[in-house]
Amino acid sequence: MTLAEAARRRNEARRNRTAESPQGTVDPSPSGSAVSSARGAASAKAPLFGWPLLLGIVGVAILLALSLLTGVYDIFGGDGGAEMFQITRIPRTIALVLAGAAMAMCGLVMQLLTQNRFVEPTTTGTTEWAGLGLMLTVIVYPDASIVARMVGAIIAAFVGTLVFFVFLRRVSLKSSLIVPIVGIMLGAVVGAVSTFIAVQTDMLQSLGIWFAGSFTSILRGQYETLWIVAAVVVAIFILADRFTVAGLGKEIATNVGLNYNQILLLGTVFVAIATGVVTVVVGNLPFLGLIVPNIVSLIRGDDLRSNLPWVCLLGIAIVTICDLIGRIIVMPFEVPVSLILGVVGAAVFVALLLRQRKVG
Amino acid sequence: MITLESVRKSYDDEVSIGPVDLQIPAGGVTALVGPNGAGKSTLLTMIGRLLGMDSGAISVAGYDVSSTKSKDLAKIVSILRQENHFITRLTIRQLVGFGRFPHSKGRLTTADEELISQAIDFLELGELENRFIDELSGGQRQRAYVAMVLAQDTDYVLLDEPLNNLDMKRSVQMMQHLRRAAAEMGRTIVIVLHDINFAGHYADHICAVKDGAVIEFGAPEEIMTGEVLSRVFDTPVDVIDGPRGPLAVYF
Repeated sequence: MTLAEAARRRNEARRNRTAESPQGTVDPSPSGSAVSSARGAASAKAPLFGWPLLLGIVGVAILLALSLLTGVYDIFGGDGGAEMFQITRIPRTIALVLAGAAMAMCGLVMQLLTQNRFVEPTTTGTTEWAGLGLMLTVIVYPDASIVARMVGAIIAAFVGTLVFFVFLRRVSLKSSLIVPIVGIMLGAVVGAVSTFIAVQTDMLQSLGIWFAGSFTSILRGQYETLWIVAAVVVAIFILADRFTVAGLGKEIATNVGLNYNQILLLGTVFVAIATGVVTVVVGNLPFLGLIVPNIVSLIRGDDLRSNLPWVCLLGIAIVTICDLIGRIIVMPFEVPVSLILGVVGAAVFVALLLRQRKVG
Repeated sequence: MITLESVRKSYDDEVSIGPVDLQIPAGGVTALVGPNGAGKSTLLTMIGRLLGMDSGAISVAGYDVSSTKSKDLAKIVSILRQENHFITRLTIRQLVGFGRFPHSKGRLTTADEELISQAIDFLELGELENRFIDELSGGQRQRAYVAMVLAQDTDYVLLDEPLNNLDMKRSVQMMQHLRRAAAEMGRTIVIVLHDINFAGHYADHICAVKDGAVIEFGAPEEIMTGEVLSRVFDTPVDVIDGPRGPLAVYF
């Protein structure tokens, strides 16, 4: 007898059992059993769009509207207010959405692939590698277009992330704290190399500006390549189940027939593309990929498919809030969003570490 | 049937396995026993294609494990390793649901949901199915993993020390579950066991492994003798007639 037959037999018995209870009478599916469909709804088939998610979307929409309306220039009264609105405010807000969602998703994918909660592009050196790639591209081709710079950043981010993964596999230090420490050290070394090259080539100032993530300079005509990360977000959505299975470890993933190395490589490509593009257009967004997936997971568990919209929303919300704070606190000037994110993110990071120690 | 033909695997100069020639018949429970480091888990892991071999061939139900596509093998044989650690916060039901991955690729059908419910009930985890794995005791977690590989609905199930972390009562229940899975669902279950008495009582075949080689294979009555067990485990073992069958005594 196969398990299927056994299941059928069991479910018949169940139907008989549940038919007697009043709540068992509601059975929308003619063939399925009342119990298993009710149980299924509780977990594996939870609806993607419930009312909490709608509320979340409304909340983020309000934040984005605030972002559109915040700024020194009077878009309603000033000369060419509408044009100003289109040139700076709309691109800036779109960039917030794309960068926030992409970096949060990257963090989640990296955490699944390394099986470590504290990993994200800024704690694995990926961002520093992207910065190095960007700088080398500019040094070799001073007139490089933004696309060429991105390609340089993406390739370096990809190589750097692979270096990190290979290193992890070699030392097999899977303990949760060693992994981000190794990553941050690796990032520091790469960052030091970048700084050295920058000093030698008189680019230190440009380097500082690139690394500080900021949405200040996002203008129409300069940010459009950021739409590439939207494709990455969609691809991660499509492959969500595979990433979750990979997150169960190589052995379980192989057992259920997943090509583990292939999905690892694919995930690295996605992370590299998103990090490379965001680094070139916006800059460094520290800790975003770390705090967002952790907060979502704490609240909702780890069903990746139903969590993804939340990871996107929370990523967008946090970046937008931090950007708003950065725009408001020293008005009419701005501080880079990476500064605010760094402060908020570091606090959350420490809180997570302490919680981890308590849980054990 | 699982067939191993002159399988070799060496880690370094000191540890090496094989050549192993072995045939594990289809149906029933086969226990791999032997001292620590004998190579039981390595053999099991190679049969489950989680570890490659240096030379030789392994086939499960006629499919060569090194040449058959992994996703096709996932519908024929499932394997559960001893150490399963991951950071993903899944409920039991979600974890067991991943056992259906080879069939559904993540998009669970009503039939999948029924099989998941069935596997959960089989291991008596119905009450706990919406609890997170990291909130469970070691024994409950172990049962959840076994439920996952049973939900995979493969004819061959390989388990590496599934009695780890289980107390006396749960160990007995686990073996009874596995016997039932073999008898009622026609599964072939290969299991690494530490306790020779569990093997003697619950297995249909016992395969004794020592120093990387299979030194005995047979029915429990053939293996459960003082002479054989003393040789396998390198320590004096007496087998006495207990009230429920032969018992190995080695204290």
